[in-house]
Amino acid sequence: MKHSYLTAIILLGVILVIGIGSQMLGIRLYDRIATNLMISLVLVVGLQTFMGNSGLLSFAHIGFMGLGAYTSAVLTIPAQMKSMALPDLYGFMKVVEISPLFAMIAAGLVAALVAAVVAYPLMRLSDAAAVITSFALLVVLYTIMNNWSAFTNGPRTLFGLPKTTDMPIAAVLAAVVVVVALAFKESRTGTLLRASREDEVAAAALGTNIPHLRWRAFILAAFIAGIGGALWGHFITSFAPKAFYLKETFLIITMLVIGGANTVTGAVAGTILVTVAYEGLRGTEGALNATSFGAGQVIGLTEIVLALAMIAVMILKPGGIFPNREIGHILIRARRKKEIVAQ
Amino acid sequence: MGFAIQFVIDVLSLGGAYALMALGLVIIYGILRLVNFAYGELIMVAGYTMYLTSGSGLPWIMMAVFAVVMAVAFGIFTDYAAFRPVRAKSVTAVLITSFAFSNLLQNAALLFISPRPRNVPLPEIFSQTVSIGGAITPVRNLITIAASIVLLAAVAFLMRKTTLGIAMRAAATNFTMARMLGVPANLIISSAFALSGFLAGVVGILWIGRIGTVVPGIGLEPLLVAFIATVIGGMRSLSGAVFGGFLLALIDTTLNYTLSQDLLKFRDAFTFGLVILILLWRPEGLIRGPASGQRT
Repeated sequence: MKHSYLTAIILLGVILVIGIGSQMLGIRLYDRIATNLMISLVLVVGLQTFMGNSGLLSFAHIGFMGLGAYTSAVLTIPAQMKSMALPDLYGFMKVVEISPLFAMIAAGLVAALVAAVVAYPLMRLSDAAAVITSFALLVVLYTIMNNWSAFTNGPRTLFGLPKTTDMPIAAVLAAVVVVVALAFKESRTGTLLRASREDEVAAAALGTNIPHLRWRAFILAAFIAGIGGALWGHFITSFAPKAFYLKETFLIITMLVIGGANTVTGAVAGTILVTVAYEGLRGTEGALNATSFGAGQVIGLTEIVLALAMIAVMILKPGGIFPNREIGHILIRARRKKEIVAQ
Repeated sequence: MGFAIQFVIDVLSLGGAYALMALGLVIIYGILRLVNFAYGELIMVAGYTMYLTSGSGLPWIMMAVFAVVMAVAFGIFTDYAAFRPVRAKSVTAVLITSFAFSNLLQNAALLFISPRPRNVPLPEIFSQTVSIGGAITPVRNLITIAASIVLLAAVAFLMRKTTLGIAMRAAATNFTMARMLGVPANLIISSAFALSGFLAGVVGILWIGRIGTVVPGIGLEPLLVAFIATVIGGMRSLSGAVFGGFLLALIDTTLNYTLSQDLLKFRDAFTFGLVILILLWRPEGLIRGPASGQRT
């Protein structure tokens, strides 16, 4: 247990340093990048609670983020703007306007509720079938967001969300999510789930109800994703359904996998690393676009580099940078080893 | 009567295409337990090959053959680039590399060709229609049906009667045992990828024949179709994949005819709802394959 506390302290310290550092520099661009990083942390660590403990790859995470973002949007867009932003909204919803904090909780609850209903049958599946159905679930969520015009303004951009997310709020939430993920990992559910990840048959033989455990983890992940979606929505203030699709899914999976899906430390490290790389590449792409004379837009370069990086990590270090042990655990072991050597 | 014929032709032509897509996916999965996310990109490769060769003045059939050859080449390339290096590692690692490889190919198409749709040359016959028993139907539907019958029969023959096919099925049932008995693993795996690429290439031409253009994201819908069909049919059974493809086509076509315009937009959601119900009833899929062996 001791190393979990140490891990929590170190990870929170990292978040704090990034948060304060970005504020001290006082450059708006860094502030934006840091906020994005914190929101990504919420999403990636949220995904880790399911994927890391159950060992199942889930593609639907971004779909739940979308649900959260739209829920919060519908609840917080000021009443006088709603007739413009969401012209087809049902009458009784038009007058609803609650504070973004409650809307964020509602967003998490809606995502968790949908996840609870949809995922119950899916958690019985293992391996490939589970992955495929989660992928199909992402497509279904996207289809719904893209077409349910009354709530989402269809494929068009939805605007008018109050801008309430700033760096400190995002950082606080990221810190809370990191603690929740660590606590969940050490909880009874998390431990049993990790046992089932290592050996499904042995865990089942010990009497664990694997589908039920997975279901719980999936709901928790969806809840965090919903909150992350609301957080992002109030940061970006206008978005369209295509923001919650394959490109973003690819990005958060890259972050988690490069860092190491099995550990919270890995999720945090991967998010920071990929965010830095992503912003750097985006900058390069922008610079290339600015200099090329009518040679066409450079797009997709960032994704190509990230995909290559992901394949390289999978070949060289399939578990990611932190494959098994949290940072606290690694440090304590290192110190103990040193003590033994000293004796 | 006309309506019934129309319906049957629609189901069969869509089902034929779906069945071929699912088959291409399940051949890889059966042997390697790899869900090949880059499968849809093989269809994209076939489409872009057609687009790039359209100025060459070759007869259409040559372009089509070349497109299929390219799809086969990229299928084998998938094996070498994304699969072979991580074969011995976890299932998740393999999944992720294939997902990354799919993204790589798609973004390469974005970067080097264009994000905008590109026209693909199609012969006259693809846009003609014929009347059968009072039902007017595009000739391309009949071509799809014919092609799927021929290919399904050919794959069935390959899998049952030839040494290669029997070795592939043996590898699918118990890979380690097959290797012990002298089945060359790499050859079998590469053949599976080649066969998968071949099916993707043919389906790609038939699929693009419906739309007429190719975009970087064109592979997504066929990929999803193949996914759902294989999950319904049973992930480890070739006949299950074919059955799943036709069943999915039946569901889709029925929904096409019965849903109102407003609800039709949500067709994918309805289809998936049905898939969940089927999985509740039979988590293994409708047709059970051979017991799964370990892959390495």
